[in-house]
Amino acid sequence: MTDIYLGADRATDAEAAAVDEALRDRGVDAVVQSETERLYISGRARRLQRRHFLLPALHALQNAVGWISPGGINYVADVLGVPPAEAFGVATFYDLFRTEPPDHEGDTFHVCVDAACQIAGYDDLAASVRASGGHVHLGPCLGQCERAPALFVQGSGGRPDHVPADAEPFALPQAGDPSLRLLRRIGVADPESLESYRAHGGYEALQRAGEMGADAVLEAVAASGLSGRGGAAFPTGVKWRAVAAESGRPKHVVANCDESEPGTFKDRIVMEHDPFAVIESMTIAGLATGAQNGWIYIRGEYPLATARLQGAIDAARAAGLLGPDAAGTGHDFDIAIWRGAGAYICGEETALFNSLEGFRGEPRNKPPFPTTHGLFGEPTAINNPETLLNVLDIILDGPDDYRTRGTERSPGTKLLCLSGKVGRPGLYEVPFGTTLGVLLELAGGVAGTGELQAVLMGGAAGSFVGPDSLDLPLTLEDTRAAGTTLGSGVVMAFDSSVDMTDVVVRIAEFFRDESCGQCVPCRVGAVRQHETLVQMQKRGSLSPSRRALIDEMAEVMVDASICGLGHTAASAVRSALSLGLIASAPS
Amino acid sequence: MTGAATITETAVTITVDGQPVEVAEGSTIHAACVQAGIDTPTLCWAENLTPVNVCRVCVVELEGSRALVPSCSRPAEEGMVVQTDTPRVRHSRRMVLEFLGSGVDLSQAEDLHHWMDVYGADPDRYSDEDHPVERVDEPVKVQDELYIRDYSKCVLCYKCVEACGDDAQHTFAIAVAGRGFDARISTEFDVTLPDSACVYCGNCVGVCPTGALQFKTEYDLREVGEWRPEDQTVTRTVCSYCGVGCNLDLHVQDERIVKVTSPSDHSVTSGHLCIKGRFGWQYVHGE
Ligand SMILES: Cc1cc2nc3c(=O)[nH]c(=O)nc-3n(C[C@H](O)[C@H](O)[C@H](O)COP(=O)(O)O)c2cc1C
Ligand code: SF4
Ligand code: SF4
Ligand code: SF4
Ligand code: FES
Ligand code: FES
Repeated sequence: MTDIYLGADRATDAEAAAVDEALRDRGVDAVVQSETERLYISGRARRLQRRHFLLPALHALQNAVGWISPGGINYVADVLGVPPAEAFGVATFYDLFRTEPPDHEGDTFHVCVDAACQIAGYDDLAASVRASGGHVHLGPCLGQCERAPALFVQGSGGRPDHVPADAEPFALPQAGDPSLRLLRRIGVADPESLESYRAHGGYEALQRAGEMGADAVLEAVAASGLSGRGGAAFPTGVKWRAVAAESGRPKHVVANCDESEPGTFKDRIVMEHDPFAVIESMTIAGLATGAQNGWIYIRGEYPLATARLQGAIDAARAAGLLGPDAAGTGHDFDIAIWRGAGAYICGEETALFNSLEGFRGEPRNKPPFPTTHGLFGEPTAINNPETLLNVLDIILDGPDDYRTRGTERSPGTKLLCLSGKVGRPGLYEVPFGTTLGVLLELAGGVAGTGELQAVLMGGAAGSFVGPDSLDLPLTLEDTRAAGTTLGSGVVMAFDSSVDMTDVVVRIAEFFRDESCGQCVPCRVGAVRQHETLVQMQKRGSLSPSRRALIDEMAEVMVDASICGLGHTAASAVRSALSLGLIASAPS
Repeated sequence: MTGAATITETAVTITVDGQPVEVAEGSTIHAACVQAGIDTPTLCWAENLTPVNVCRVCVVELEGSRALVPSCSRPAEEGMVVQTDTPRVRHSRRMVLEFLGSGVDLSQAEDLHHWMDVYGADPDRYSDEDHPVERVDEPVKVQDELYIRDYSKCVLCYKCVEACGDDAQHTFAIAVAGRGFDARISTEFDVTLPDSACVYCGNCVGVCPTGALQFKTEYDLREVGEWRPEDQTVTRTVCSYCGVGCNLDLHVQDERIVKVTSPSDHSVTSGHLCIKGRFGWQYVHGE
């Protein structure tokens, strides 16, 4: 009988209790398996049954004692049947987990160092936290770019995580604008009340979808021309139909709420202020695709959104809107929330599946695609929350009405995350086709010197455009033709005072830090690219051979990397070079 | 596995460098290349392991695909048109080899040296006097008398992890830990092998392509400059410990066994052994 070998370290009572509670919350009996039981349940079967509870269990250890200790790992390994070496490999993958004893008492204050916070002076924020005795951890974008510089407090000793800025009152810059579609309930309906959501039209779409039946829902979504808002713009109707066509195996709907692209905060605001809409639209996705299992994978730095979504799930379940025969549609559907732990790559759909399943968040090679081999290797429709939100209006008003906004090839409206040097940073909703210049005016124009130097489109994985792009219509087709992207909806403005070299070097560092390390082009390429730019910054110039090297490195990253992270790791850097935003002349 | 179709299997035909190749359905593009006599570099692929397709040195150009595809894992589909020697392919292979050489010590990764010549890889061009580049630089782990681990030679091909895990040994003593350039093969909390789940089957050593994992006998001889593969003989025998019938290849130098391997195409072992066959040979020398 092979079984899992555990070293001598044992969990403390506090560690064991924290893990037990986390598992009990998810309906798992965490009692350590007895020897006799092991004879019945072979190691492998047990692993397959329980491995996906690894991430919640690691979160529980980290929160209880401030790190993941050898004894803690052994306890989790035993309860879940995961080899300790693999559990350690998973724990060390994530920024929010420590595997060494903490060298400080109390909570950890995560301060963002990415572009929006860089130009808003994150160092002052970090200094003031330190001055008041807080332990600072500098890290990537926290998804609060509109209120930069951003702070997230990771609790220890059982204290919950929190974001200080969440305590402040919230209002959309476009509050009250009658043309709002996706954002119309935000700041209007009470996000903690199902009654309030219903009073504002909530659950009418699911009701309608139930009457229409799965085929008609699929037809409407396809006819609307809706495409994914997570960055890749894949047609949602095609994806859903592919999952609907699969049979004989359990199927899943996953909401990709990992939102970690620097500059992106749209999903956070939607989840925090309209959580029932995410739940309702996932339920419609379940109905349409025939999937019974809903999963929300949300980044670990979003405590308020997590709480609100959980509240919405609980309320919906209590009202019969989730669970067996959800909302009387005849379809069984329920949703569970899994928290990420600080890894940008886990937003890539196949890395997300691995992470949720309790493996390292390394992307899988495609094909096969998620529609046939997704979560647990089973058919899966994975969508961004903004994509899902669109489905409500498509069902309620029909695809023809939906297409009255936007352009032929980019129908509908788009959420855009305005940050950096603009008058009123925040979340905006405009029809596709609105020009960049009009959007910037809507957001109060260029702040700081008032003179625009560049705009980062689509985040770190996107590219820079210059002031000559103000007439660019924001559509999928026009941005692609212009060699840029809408990506996840990032529009970050830089005025003439910003040192773009600092910004670009940090973008390169972001990819170096966030590469999962699996494939050579990205694992090494992202490091060499960053080193080359640091050298450029020190010397004040880039030699022609180093300039050529950047292109050579970019080519292999685009051509031979496994996933989109490697494919896009050089894109912002190269656009900055070709726009002349950073040193390019030989010394 | 040659990929040639037998009568009972469905065959698919693909075009490789202009040449039609027929292989059994489910075979990889790499298998088709082998059949067509086209030499293709591989690093993380091995015939006795599940492809992890992480090194990307085997990439080829596939008509209709935006990016290059890993030939070692991509199944051949009817009508595929594949190019293995275009400028894009050569560039990516060269860069992968250069990247590896710029970060770790490839001096004992003998199979790669040929390919570095073929593609003109120059790993030194990333650094210059005022610009050192980050390398993996770790002390050699010598923790027992059976094998050593030198992770400054590790290319993270995942082969040892696969061999220790699902593909052969099912011991799961080692895994990838950390992320990005800091990713390393490790036991839990980097405990020593004797403190870990390791059962010393040596299967990880058997699949390591770079000398990062090395039998202690070989390591000791290399340290004193006495490792002479050209003077070694290989004798095939059957392990005498139990009735399974594992084939052993005894590598002998100066009338002493210096390492034991098993042929990876052997039907019983697929190249994998246990501690007895792998390390239990001292009695031959009366020790
Ligand atoms: C490195 C990387 C990070 C990603 N992060 C996210 C993310 O945080 N949220 C998201 O919805 N999609 C993200 N994606 C895209 C997903 O892989 C996937 O395309 C998307 O979730 C599909 O949903 P959609 O069709 O509704 O856009 C990311 C992709 C890559 C390559
Ligand atoms: S491209 Fe980068 S992030 Fe994606 S699999 Fe490769 S190493 Fe990991
Ligand atoms: S010797 Fe065997 S058990 Fe030990 S690490 Fe290597 S493959 Fe695993
Ligand atoms: S130790 Fe050897 S087999 Fe293991 S990943 Fe490194 S190079 Fe590959
Ligand atoms: S929170 Fe700082 S850039 Fe997003
Ligand atoms: S040999 Fe194909 S990716 Fe490594």
